[in-house]
Amino acid sequence: MDFFLSRYRHLTVLLIVITAQLVLIAYQVKTSKDIPLIRVWAVTAVTPVETGLELVRRYTWGFVEDYFVLLGVRSQNEKLRRENGQLKIENNYLKSELSTADRARALSVFEARSPSKTVAARVIGNGTGANSKVVFVDRGSTSGVESGMAVVTPDGIVGKVLEAYPTASLVMLITDPTFAAGVVSQKNRVHGTLKGQGHAECLVDYVQNEEHVDIGEWFYTSGDDRIFPKGFPVGQITAAPNGKTFKEIYVSPSGMQGGTEEVLIVLQAVHQEVPGGEVAAPGYTILPAPTETTAQTPQGTPQAGASATDADRLRAIYKDVGVEQKHTYGEGPPGTKPPDFTKIPSVNGVLPPNAASQPPGTQPQPAPAHAAQAQPAQAQPAQAKAIPSKPPVPATAKPKPQPSAPPETDDEPAAVTAADTQTADQPAGPPVRKPSSPPVMRPAPAPGPTPANSHRDTSQ
Amino acid sequence: MTEYTERILTENPRKDAADRFRLVWLVVIPLIAVLSQVYVPRFIPFLAYLELPLLITVHFALSRGGPIPALFYGMFIGLVQDSLSHQPIGMYGIVKTLVGYFAASVSMRFDVQNPVVTFILGFFFYFFHQFFYWVLSRALLGETLAFDAQQTLIFGLLNAAVALPLFRVLDRLRVAG
Repeated sequence: MDFFLSRYRHLTVLLIVITAQLVLIAYQVKTSKDIPLIRVWAVTAVTPVETGLELVRRYTWGFVEDYFVLLGVRSQNEKLRRENGQLKIENNYLKSELSTADRARALSVFEARSPSKTVAARVIGNGTGANSKVVFVDRGSTSGVESGMAVVTPDGIVGKVLEAYPTASLVMLITDPTFAAGVVSQKNRVHGTLKGQGHAECLVDYVQNEEHVDIGEWFYTSGDDRIFPKGFPVGQITAAPNGKTFKEIYVSPSGMQGGTEEVLIVLQAVHQEVPGGEVAAPGYTILPAPTETTAQTPQGTPQAGASATDADRLRAIYKDVGVEQKHTYGEGPPGTKPPDFTKIPSVNGVLPPNAASQPPGTQPQPAPAHAAQAQPAQAQPAQAKAIPSKPPVPATAKPKPQPSAPPETDDEPAAVTAADTQTADQPAGPPVRKPSSPPVMRPAPAPGPTPANSHRDTSQ
Repeated sequence: MTEYTERILTENPRKDAADRFRLVWLVVIPLIAVLSQVYVPRFIPFLAYLELPLLITVHFALSRGGPIPALFYGMFIGLVQDSLSHQPIGMYGIVKTLVGYFAASVSMRFDVQNPVVTFILGFFFYFFHQFFYWVLSRALLGETLAFDAQQTLIFGLLNAAVALPLFRVLDRLRVAG
């Protein structure tokens, strides 16, 4: 053994060192954990120098450039050229200041408008590796940056934080071959996975050939990856040929068009809506959204905002009728005389309950009186409500009195009746405004007493 | 054995001055190399092909002669590079360890002061470095990156061309140090 070690000492040391590093890699890959100590040391040693170099470059580059420009000045034009040089220096300085101010203003405007909490950072260096697209920014964990945070610009996403060190962070750009993010197209809402290619363009993968996308269509982050908040622009499609199974959609990243000098790190992400833009035609006709007219709102609403449904309005109407006729609902034995429901106004509130005359065309219906005797208090108005606004109903369709109805079921008939009444009333009366209902395709309402009849049969 | 072959198969004259290489340069020079690799391509993207840490490793290995110091030096530079990348630590470390070891072994056989030999070694070790890194990426990390042999060959030639003046400068620096 000793002979072997002395004979192959160099080779033994080499094998030990290689094996140790292999174990180190295996540990990192297996546990998905990093070796922060080594990285922190290296980054802490390098990034301050980078920051210093960047500062020096920013403040001296213009002067050095102008110095070389002015080297070839002829003596007879020295004065003129000196003035010209001064103007150039001033011009460059002001341009630089203006450019910096513009970028800073754009960032600050975006920072203020975006619901996500962000922190501005400056790119101070690239990462090592021929194929990798990673950069260092001058914000680290002391600024609240953590690994996994999204990095964006006002124009689009830039990358994500791989590691956060105390004074700097390592950011993987979206052009890195190992980068991936969930995206959705703006126009056709096609979902896919954005992948870096190692060059200027990115690929959106896992989009079926049957899906349709357009050249020039925008992609936005979908929020599926839990890194980028939904609604950030990604880029425009430059080409989208069909592949074997999936389309090969190439996207030109919008966030890196002008280079990456200043970026924003998203500390607290808030999802946004993907801008609608021009949404593709669905292939069928959609009715326009209903216009909101306050004239269609029933007048019988007792309190603004309190009675949102027809059931509430009916209840208020019949409560007023009861007060007017000095009748208390729910009291008295079965067979007690109910209020005179022939004097209630139209169901849709054309007249208030205390109006002296009934609306023209409304015919009194005696049937609800029987129902009112038998039904609990809350069921009476609901059934009676549907009747005045309808044409006369055949006798066979009228509800039968139920004197022995249990009191604990008072609420249920009212609820069911109110819901059904809303549907049944639509053909006869003006439509009730539904604030949040989207325009949907539905069959044209059939006029006539059919809905009311069916409702009554059901309620029995 | 021809006269030219004999000339390039002599003892390494660089070893004479190796002991005068100050320790501070051993640390500062690779840091400058890594820093330049990180910083310079931001403004001159074309220089991203330049693998200065590799050239520093090769120069050190050729100068020192001993494989063990060379492999540790390569490991140190490689780990620093790994620290500034997003790959697991050890990828560049392994590759540069091997480069340091083999370069030091080669330096015992050839006259590494000869520009032709320097050029060939620079080219060979660049290609070896890139190829072995690609193999490790596929084998250990499962990455399916493409290996562009033509581009690597061209970049190898460029790195070898840069190695000639760079080694001269480093030799002067070492003697002055």
